[in-house]
Amino acid sequence: MRARFRTARKAVVLAAAASLGAGLLAGCANDSGDKSGSTDGGGSGGKTTITLGLFGTQGFKEAGLYTEYEKLHPNIKIQETVVEQNGNYYPALVNHLTTNSGLQDIQAVEVGNIAEVTQTFASKLVDFSKVSGVNKSDWLGWKWQQATTKDGQTIGLGTDIGPMAICYRKDLFQQAGLPTDRDKVGQLWTGDWNKLVAAGETYKKKAPAGTYFMDSPGGLLNAIISSNQEKFYDSSGKVIYKSNPAIKSAFDLTAKAAQEGLVQPQTQFQPSWNSTIANNKFAAIACPPWMLGYLKGQSKPDAAGKWDVAAAPKAGNWGGTFLTVPKSGKHVTEAEKLAQWLTAPAQLAKLFSVQGSFPSTPGSYSMPLVTNAKNAMTADAPIGKIFADAAKSIPAQVIGPKDQIVQDGLTNNGVILVTKGKSAADAWATATKTIDNNLDK
Amino acid sequence: MATQHDAAAPPAKEGGAAPARPPAEPTEAELRRRARLSRRWQRDLKWSPYGFISPFFLLFVAFGLFPLVYTAWASLHTVELTAPTDMQWTGLHNYTRIFDDDFFWNAARNTLTIGIISTVPQLAMAMGLAHILNYKLRASTFYRVVMLAPYATSIAAASLVFVLLFGRDYGMINWALHHVGVGKIDWQNDKWPSQIAVSSIIIWRWTGYNALIYLAAMQAIPQDLYESAALDGANRWRQFIHVTLPQLRPTILFTCVVSTIGASQVFGEPLIFDANKAASGGAEHQFQTLGLYLYEQGWVNQHLGRASAIAWTMFLILIVIGIVNYVISRRLRASS
Repeated sequence: MRARFRTARKAVVLAAAASLGAGLLAGCANDSGDKSGSTDGGGSGGKTTITLGLFGTQGFKEAGLYTEYEKLHPNIKIQETVVEQNGNYYPALVNHLTTNSGLQDIQAVEVGNIAEVTQTFASKLVDFSKVSGVNKSDWLGWKWQQATTKDGQTIGLGTDIGPMAICYRKDLFQQAGLPTDRDKVGQLWTGDWNKLVAAGETYKKKAPAGTYFMDSPGGLLNAIISSNQEKFYDSSGKVIYKSNPAIKSAFDLTAKAAQEGLVQPQTQFQPSWNSTIANNKFAAIACPPWMLGYLKGQSKPDAAGKWDVAAAPKAGNWGGTFLTVPKSGKHVTEAEKLAQWLTAPAQLAKLFSVQGSFPSTPGSYSMPLVTNAKNAMTADAPIGKIFADAAKSIPAQVIGPKDQIVQDGLTNNGVILVTKGKSAADAWATATKTIDNNLDK
Repeated sequence: MATQHDAAAPPAKEGGAAPARPPAEPTEAELRRRARLSRRWQRDLKWSPYGFISPFFLLFVAFGLFPLVYTAWASLHTVELTAPTDMQWTGLHNYTRIFDDDFFWNAARNTLTIGIISTVPQLAMAMGLAHILNYKLRASTFYRVVMLAPYATSIAAASLVFVLLFGRDYGMINWALHHVGVGKIDWQNDKWPSQIAVSSIIIWRWTGYNALIYLAAMQAIPQDLYESAALDGANRWRQFIHVTLPQLRPTILFTCVVSTIGASQVFGEPLIFDANKAASGGAEHQFQTLGLYLYEQGWVNQHLGRASAIAWTMFLILIVIGIVNYVISRRLRASS
């Protein structure tokens, strides 16, 4: 036993010495290797690997953009890590940014978080306004502005946006005696959300049994709020959601629609809401381009072609992403170039044609990939043009760091209560109490 | 035959047959060497055990003590998760505001009510199940494994089923109730239905676990107690009341303590019950527990300081509950 222990110890010492020696030798070999002159920058197989941290389905890979870039730049290899939910992705990103560790070369940021990232982490991210080749004028003004700090640093390049239109069921509209032509439908409510609710009242009079005019109070409220320039914060960063008349009137209008039974009492993206899509239980929904994909995913096959898209009373934005480059990354310059290329008009147009993510670069809107875009859910509706028109009329929105908390409070602790019989005033009181508590540091 | 010398025994070595020489006096160097070894031996004896247990304590310091001290420190500051190094001293503000925080007390009440409507039926059912399992049954191992299956199931997976069961419009429970003439119950949005639904998930999950604990304790009860009870004419029910229950008293106390601690930390079940509203525990916070409120403040709203204060307040409440438990159990033990 003892002898064995001793030999074992000897073996450990020997192994340690051997590995040390090997390490030294390897070190020497490495040195000489470097002298012979390789320019790979430490990547695998003589290539520089650029890593991307993404959430949800950005679709760069699916659209074949990585392969294309790798072909254009033979010394680059692209690797992505995708987290399904932004709710899981963003806290980790915050953690990595505060500790400056575990970051990928490129990190995506959702529009709901971009204000917080811009205000809190600008010093740790590359300022694209100083990167050569990046043209501010390529992007929609408001999109560029959202990732820009007060002193003019732009820390993210916009990829997609979510210009909102109203998707409606032609068959249900017809049964309820409403027009079905998309221009006439749009004219029903041009410029005024009250008219949309009025159209809902008309719908309800002759509505097919069991159907509602719209899908949920949260969806309607979001659409109305998003079409305002100022919503929850003013441009100086002060929280104004309670005193902003636009928010209160949006809330009251949604509450009115809920009281009259024009919206079905559901919360979006929950299983029970999903099943109302499959069962054709509502006639209209506020929809950014990506919602068409969601509708398709939840619908039965026979729903294809029964939808159409009309302009919203006022256009708003719902969703969208930015690409940022942390300064502490290993390949900052290469990452800058890749982010720039991925968000260029030609690439974003391709992304739209494959994934339905709508470009934030107006230059894409005249490209055939966008103008000729068609979609199975809406038969032959020229969705590229409709959404591009919406995108151009979206106001330059002031977004705040805690927009998400305010929005969630108004929806999940506010208007939904009206569908349960609470008065609009009570629902507003519950919502504001919750929001104030959640905003209080 | 002449002796062959080359095959003869070799001459005896030193000390061969003679008594050995007394050992030589150890030299100075040898003594030093021995003293050194002995010192090393002593040190080894004294410190090695600490070395062997150190991994646990190092991990405890890193993952137990440090967070404890850090949250205590953070609870005295205004500090956000987005900038954990940027702390502003606020003294006891985070604690004093808890007294006026309706959401905290609402969560505390919910934790209490959900705790009661989940723990009491759970333990009663576990006792009944254990009593049945204690009879001679065919395939008893099978039933015991089945008992434990919910406990082993991932709560996230189970939640999918429960959310569908409790759906308002297309849920199976409302469908069944409809057939016995009960109208649609909004399991997620009404206060008591939502608390009952959350409790039912907890009950489903933990009943089998407690039943197995009771069963183990029941099997340790001496058989002759039952035999003499039977001789005295006690039926099964009387045996259960007068033999089983008194014998199980310490076990029941144990499960009560464990369940109370579990109930005060309920988190997963209400969190997954309404995935969209997540940590807010329903539109009117009707099933938001303390665990959820803590999570909402810390991870959704990113108020690290407030969340730390809530965590410490919960800890203090738990200590009070623990003391009450201890006093009650001592009284019970004294009375028996």
